[in-house]
Amino acid sequence: MATGTATVPTSGAPAQQRVATTEPWLVRGMLTVTALGFLGLFLLMPLVGVFAQALAKGWGVYLQSFRDPDALAAIRLTLFTAAVAVPMSTAFGLAAAWAIGKFQFRGKNVLITLIDLPFTVSPVVAGLVFVLIFGRNGWLGPWLQAHGIQIIYAVPGIVLVTLFVTFPFVARELIPLMQAQGTEEEEAARVLGASGWHTFWRVTLPNVKWALLYGVILCNARAMGEFGAVSVVSGHIRGNTNTMPLQVEILYNDYNFVAAFSIASLLAVLALVTLVLKSVFEWKVARQLALAERIEDAEESLS
Amino acid sequence: MQIRVLQRSVLPGFGLTMGVTVFYLGLIVLLPLAALVLKSATVPWQQFWDTVCDPRVMASYRLSFGASLIAAAVNAVFGFIVAWVLVRYSFPGRKLVDAMVDLPFALPTAVSGIALTALYAPGGWLGRWLTPLGIPAAYCRLGVVIALTFIGMPFVVRTLQPALEDLDPELEEAAASLGASRLQTFRRVLLPGILPALLTGFALAFARGLGEYGSVVFIAGNMPMKTEIAPLLIITKLEQYDYAGATAIAVVMLSASFLLLLAINMLQWWSRRHSE
Repeated sequence: MATGTATVPTSGAPAQQRVATTEPWLVRGMLTVTALGFLGLFLLMPLVGVFAQALAKGWGVYLQSFRDPDALAAIRLTLFTAAVAVPMSTAFGLAAAWAIGKFQFRGKNVLITLIDLPFTVSPVVAGLVFVLIFGRNGWLGPWLQAHGIQIIYAVPGIVLVTLFVTFPFVARELIPLMQAQGTEEEEAARVLGASGWHTFWRVTLPNVKWALLYGVILCNARAMGEFGAVSVVSGHIRGNTNTMPLQVEILYNDYNFVAAFSIASLLAVLALVTLVLKSVFEWKVARQLALAERIEDAEESLS
Repeated sequence: MQIRVLQRSVLPGFGLTMGVTVFYLGLIVLLPLAALVLKSATVPWQQFWDTVCDPRVMASYRLSFGASLIAAAVNAVFGFIVAWVLVRYSFPGRKLVDAMVDLPFALPTAVSGIALTALYAPGGWLGRWLTPLGIPAAYCRLGVVIALTFIGMPFVVRTLQPALEDLDPELEEAAASLGASRLQTFRRVLLPGILPALLTGFALAFARGLGEYGSVVFIAGNMPMKTEIAPLLIITKLEQYDYAGATAIAVVMLSASFLLLLAINMLQWWSRRHSE
């Protein structure tokens, strides 16, 4: 990331020149205040608001919210859903990045666009398509009912829509990096006699470690926080098919604000942890990408 | 589409990983979306048309598209200022503020929804000042715009930041040394350079706003014809077991998102060509 004012080389540059490519201090101050004001209004206030509302009646009431068996069931279901969806999306992301990043084939750009598709689909529409397939009046509904299998308004449906909405997260972080890193290190490992798996574990994976973790943490945040799609297929059965975000909605609509914001505060902490880890991983990925580019440049200048 | 390796490679696993990729993509994404399109094909055309043209549905489309457009425009202006300040100026806590920009991505939408509602409701921290001024923010259309502005903001900032960083400082120096004022330089030199990124960010924020559900339903009030967004209407139809109606509304939304995806891809292609 470029540092703020370094638009002009400062070494030996006359002071007037530096002024010419930046704004007067009054404009700079006003822009900075506007930006910070906007972010304060739209980011900081809602975030602080969550914790303020959760603690509005003190720590005792706050902690009491987590003794509710329905709340605990919601936390368990959310953890379970993420525990299924995150490894699946990660395995897919690694496979897709290996195929797309390490090989040349026709239709690659189409494939990349298709992988991004779930990002552009409304969560509600994502939920709807699974109801159309597995719902009671859906394509497979009669067959599922005859065999006593319930997917919609049950846990499998929640897991399925979560797989859909978290689908691109890991793949889209890994693909550009693995494309940039090329195949030379892997080829060298192969020539030296390493097996395919060995090459993957010892050469490729260490090279993409941080981007992988970056994708996983974002994937996890979405898996635990998804609301719209899960809301369509869950059926809102208390203590049974409610994830944490759905539990927040139910408590809020019951005017049980402290309990709603208490569960919400857990999700807000998750979001803050995600942001911290994301910043760390982002920094590491940027360094890895810069390294890959530098190696490429050095090779070009040698050849 | 025929998939085959163009160059022989010593690396193994193309067949396996490509197979897994295409299989999982088909199973989780393409087949379900195809089911939606197939379902809409079984709805008689007249019924489809009547559903989509129903005044309540039209009102929800107008709100979803209108509020998303306004929110994306607000974000294009303020997101630009935020990106500009974060890239060009230094102030204490800049890194922290920069990391915070992603909060709307990371915060579950239901949490954003109740947090914004609590702020702007008549008794809330902001609502108690706005209500006496005659600006009801929660439970009206303005509330929808507020929620969509919150949710779309990182798209604009994160698309603009790299574009601003990539700008060649020599162009600005040249403009300044040729006697251009700062404002002229901005309008004639800087703005054309970052316009593709600005439009991409705008389109991304708009697309996200169209489909957004969680952060909007709490603050909107959800009154039919007034503050009911299209995704909510899909859920309402579904709860009444009106699968055909829900599908018709969803297909229109899906087509809009695909058109936007196409536009965004073309914008990105344009901006790549622009930067070369």
